[in-house]
Amino acid sequence: MDVQAWTYLLVGITFAIYIGIAFWSKAVSTKDFYVAGGGVPPLANGMATAADWMSAASFISMAGLISFMGYDGTVYLIGWTGGYVLLALLLAPYLRKFGKFTVPDFIGDRYHSNVARTVAVICALFVSFTYVAGQMRGVGVVFSRFLEVDINLGVIIGMAIVFFYAVLGGMKGITYTQVAQYCILIFAYMVPAIFISIQLTGVWIPQWGFGSTIAGDEGIYLLDKLDDLHRELGFAEYTSGSKNTIDVLFITAALMIGTAGLPHVIVRFFTVPRVRDARISAGYALLFIAILYTTAPAIAAFARTNLINTVREKPYSDVPKWFTKWEETGLITFTDKNDDGRIQYVAEEDKNELFIDRDIMVLANPEIARLPNWVIALVAAGGLAAALSTAAGLLLVISTAVSHDLIKKQINPNISERAELMWARLSATVAVIIAGLFGIYPPDYVAAVVALAFGLAAASFFPAIILGIFYKKMNRQGAVTGMIVGLLFTLGYIIYFKFMGGAEDDWFFGISPEGIGTVGMFLNLLVALTINRFTPEPPDEIQQIVEEIRYPRGLKMD
Amino acid sequence: MKNALRSYWKTNLTYLAILLGIWFITSFLISIVFVDYLNNFRIGGFMLGFWFAQQGSIYIFVILIFVYVWLMNKLDRKFDVDEK
Repeated sequence: MDVQAWTYLLVGITFAIYIGIAFWSKAVSTKDFYVAGGGVPPLANGMATAADWMSAASFISMAGLISFMGYDGTVYLIGWTGGYVLLALLLAPYLRKFGKFTVPDFIGDRYHSNVARTVAVICALFVSFTYVAGQMRGVGVVFSRFLEVDINLGVIIGMAIVFFYAVLGGMKGITYTQVAQYCILIFAYMVPAIFISIQLTGVWIPQWGFGSTIAGDEGIYLLDKLDDLHRELGFAEYTSGSKNTIDVLFITAALMIGTAGLPHVIVRFFTVPRVRDARISAGYALLFIAILYTTAPAIAAFARTNLINTVREKPYSDVPKWFTKWEETGLITFTDKNDDGRIQYVAEEDKNELFIDRDIMVLANPEIARLPNWVIALVAAGGLAAALSTAAGLLLVISTAVSHDLIKKQINPNISERAELMWARLSATVAVIIAGLFGIYPPDYVAAVVALAFGLAAASFFPAIILGIFYKKMNRQGAVTGMIVGLLFTLGYIIYFKFMGGAEDDWFFGISPEGIGTVGMFLNLLVALTINRFTPEPPDEIQQIVEEIRYPRGLKMD
Repeated sequence: MKNALRSYWKTNLTYLAILLGIWFITSFLISIVFVDYLNNFRIGGFMLGFWFAQQGSIYIFVILIFVYVWLMNKLDRKFDVDEK
């Protein structure tokens, strides 16, 4: 069978599974819809969280990014895993004990303020829409490359599938689809990695393989070889960094804190029955995520080696078929600057003749390594699973923010259960449509706004939640002002430097817009604590709530 | 009762301080600030700093969470605040 037939087959099977789960897990109450009835087993929640978290960016783009950044790609690896330590130790157990449905719920109740709730809703909507735009685009890209359908048709098919299980099943449908999607995406990620690791090094564990010697050339380690190739072509060494250390520190911290503050990840911990389940499912989640995240740098190094070996000084007429195929999409371009008919791929800009889009490294990797057709098709199914699972989690946050935090908690508290559920489905539907439009007409600033999503989550939610749990006397005036200041500072900085042409020389202490969320977080803390000193303590019943969430079993404090 | 709970919370905070201390050292010091120094050492084909940055730190994060879970479950039982 050819690649396309395989792709139709595998994608078809996985989609059938998702739809099957949707029918099986229809939500009948708001508790079903918001938190899957609160009865998800911790292992399942760990898988669902992993799929929820690992997006099209993790699956498709990350290894490619690392492949071109070398050591500097570490910020993503550490930033997007280290955040789970914060989440598991500082947030998940307490928020589970608090036991409501959403993040704005916690902020609104803890600071007994609808202003706080509304600020939280706005942040949640902004962060989630930013993120979901990238996912739907990812779905379209995978469809168009592998099935040669129009990118827009791909987005629409993706929308239809998500609509089915997210709108029918709510969190219940999403949870069990995400479990299936995790299995599919991790299988799809590992199979080519293992194949390539064996090809290049003879070791079948990729994490081990990229620190081994090259097959057939014992005595030379793969990474040393790669460093040599880089030196030869004038690139910075693969294993050392070229960014300034302060910036790397701040970017890593912003990604970590942002990860811990992302609402679609936090809500997953509301779905388990007990506090201890919330703790252990955070452990499972990071374990499942770590499988992919420790494989990604191996894939990056393998792909880089394979790529350089395939194209370096090769006559253009001899290039393999994948090269021409990706050229058609414009993601690889070759301009023969010195007219020698050979490909010069070097660091120096005037002499370099090859441009390669970073995003294709994972998608093209199986072809570059000449793996069987079914493996190539598997990667397509995996990429779709990664994009759809994340999109669904985000859509749920959007729909609950509207139906629960805005309508039920503020506009019409007397709304019936059935009407609230209807509103939840309605807002999920609208959110799917908006997400689809983002996919069809992608704003060209998608990549830039991802920095915004993490920065804003770090500068707004994280300090407010942490103070709310660990500082009993934190009051509403402090928390709300802190959130607003953190938010505006981060937003202003990113907009100024990303969209209004602010010069790199003017960066605050050399901190890039990607890392500014960390500064925003400290600013938030500082403002919140200062204002807290000069305003009255929160009322006793609030301090009582804080006391309650610290102990797993319900307390009688008399 | 209140005193017992206070000491439960204090122990919890001590655990957090230790575990997050390790988290901080692994991610910010070993993998970023001192990476060049650690790259003078090797394990197999990896330079040590690079290995920590792209592999080791992630393993340590996973271990930290499981240690935390184990410690807290024990603590919950000791102070009788575990969920039945």
